[in-house]
Amino acid sequence: MVNIVKIAFRNLRRYQRRTLLTSMLITLGVVAVLLFLAVSGSFKNMMIGQITDSMLGHLQIHQRGYMAAIDTLPLDRNLDAQQVALVENLLSEHEAVEAFSTRIKLGALFSNYTETTNIRLNGVEPDRELRTVPLLLDRVVQGDKQGLLERGEIVVPELLARGMNVGVGDGVVLVATNRDGSVNGQSFVVRGIVEGVTGPGGRDGFIHIEDARSLLRLEDREVSEIAVRLKDRQQLEQVMAAIGPALEAIRVHPDRPVFEVHAWERLTPFANIARMIDLMTVFIKVMLVAIVLVSIMNVMVMAVYERINEIGTIAAIGTGPGKIHSLFLVEGLLLGVFGTVLGVLLSLVSVLGIGAARISFDFGQQKGLILDPILYPGDIITTALIVVAIAVLGSLHPAWKAAKMDPITALRHV
Amino acid sequence: MAIVEAEGLWKKFIAGDIEVEAIRGIGFSIVPASFVSFIGPSGSGKSTLLNMIGCLDPPTSGRLLVAGQDVTRLGTRDAAAFRGTHIGFIFQDFNLLPVLTVFENIEYPLLMVQNWPVAERRARVEKMLAAVGMSDQGHKFPHQISGGQKQRVAVARALVTRAELVLADEPTANLDRDTAQRIITLMKTMRDEFGTTFIFSTHDSKIVSNAEVVFTLEDGRLAASHHSGEAHA
Repeated sequence: MVNIVKIAFRNLRRYQRRTLLTSMLITLGVVAVLLFLAVSGSFKNMMIGQITDSMLGHLQIHQRGYMAAIDTLPLDRNLDAQQVALVENLLSEHEAVEAFSTRIKLGALFSNYTETTNIRLNGVEPDRELRTVPLLLDRVVQGDKQGLLERGEIVVPELLARGMNVGVGDGVVLVATNRDGSVNGQSFVVRGIVEGVTGPGGRDGFIHIEDARSLLRLEDREVSEIAVRLKDRQQLEQVMAAIGPALEAIRVHPDRPVFEVHAWERLTPFANIARMIDLMTVFIKVMLVAIVLVSIMNVMVMAVYERINEIGTIAAIGTGPGKIHSLFLVEGLLLGVFGTVLGVLLSLVSVLGIGAARISFDFGQQKGLILDPILYPGDIITTALIVVAIAVLGSLHPAWKAAKMDPITALRHV
Repeated sequence: MAIVEAEGLWKKFIAGDIEVEAIRGIGFSIVPASFVSFIGPSGSGKSTLLNMIGCLDPPTSGRLLVAGQDVTRLGTRDAAAFRGTHIGFIFQDFNLLPVLTVFENIEYPLLMVQNWPVAERRARVEKMLAAVGMSDQGHKFPHQISGGQKQRVAVARALVTRAELVLADEPTANLDRDTAQRIITLMKTMRDEFGTTFIFSTHDSKIVSNAEVVFTLEDGRLAASHHSGEAHA
């Protein structure tokens, strides 16, 4: 095998310019794919991080049917105290869970004493909420950022604050319809202004969960949802697989589970963008495959036709078809390996360069996000394996032609 | 026992709708360690016959024994293996591999065909280099040596496996007169030293005059055979 590699290597060196051009083409393809993976991966992770860490959490638990009716924020589909305790026990025991927060979601009338409009609110426990969505405070564009809020305070969405001409420290009134149809009102002081973010709840205001209970006259410690933050987002599937069936098993009726669990991607349209990025990655990889396949096949077909006489000679002196096949396969393999190694090295340097350049971009309301591309070993290995495998695949047919060549015809070739 | 024995050998080609009979019922016998030349005008079937003896092309019918083995119906892989063990080739254009040095070209059949151990392989190649007077040229690549030197290397490559039979198609056609004579002398010396049978297809009168047996082919038939001396055992 060493000798086959030696001969293949020398043949590549013999046609230096062609080898270099083909390798550069493969290198460019590898760099394009790896840079796209690094940059789009960074963008995707950052966006997912923004959405999960400032609003949704990594997963949410509701009473079954709540999500289907979320537009009306139904109070009759809240989790009762006993159900909440069950979930809290389950989550507390799971190692992968970092924090969780209970929320009461409600709709109310928002009045600044001269005008009235609708508002969607989250009643939250400030400390638990900030442990579950630690970037929430970053969305607070005006007001005190030391803790989210106290009882009697409200954090108002930016668009509504602007429309209603409300600022930090102003007094407002919330009026909410209770579950029994009665109406209740309560005064609040504006603690802060929060900017919106894509997804349900992205334009909601915040009040303390006890104020929400008081406003809605809820006597039980019921909640609308439980948002959960994991120590590592990559463990989402594993956690879903663990707690999903456990909660599914709890039923009041044999056909009707009590709970429903949703991962973050089921809760925000941004998941579609993330999926589009994944899809684009697939297309970029397909393009890489095409580039490698075409360039390797082209160069190997040329290699075979340029060396017909040599193939005839080695076949005549007794080289078996298998070895002739191997000679050309290894040549294609070496081309692929050479282009890949060069491509990976260039990509690593480029990723370091982009990281050092601290390129900033905006996403929705988020300004000045820094692009931090990361190349994961898994991506490098996968891309390298694809290129090398395609290089070998591209060499198969030319190598087969060489091995099957009739020695007499080949020797007559000028 | 004859090194090559042919009986009723036929070779037919189909060219479009026409059947061409390149060899027509030839029979002959060649004793080991002889210097044999096939002569005849272009298209008489010399190269076709050499290709059949070299197991590069199977006969259409008849029987052909080479080195005691019936090679009439050998498959592609078996034919390659047989060539690698029993037959050496010398070509008009030398056909050295340009990416290998002189040493590596001679080494090639031992390395890539017969898988010899490294020490024995090197010893054998060095011996062959010395035998063809190229000991100091082993490190050079084919483009760095002359035509005569290339053909010496080709002779060494053909003989390095101790092939019983060497087939040479116009081996002196691309060489000047003096060089051609030196190559013929070299091949005779090799024949004497290793007991190898050399079979030529040639127009070169110098080779013909050195041959102990001359077969004349005309239109695929054996028109004459001339024995001028005894083959060396």
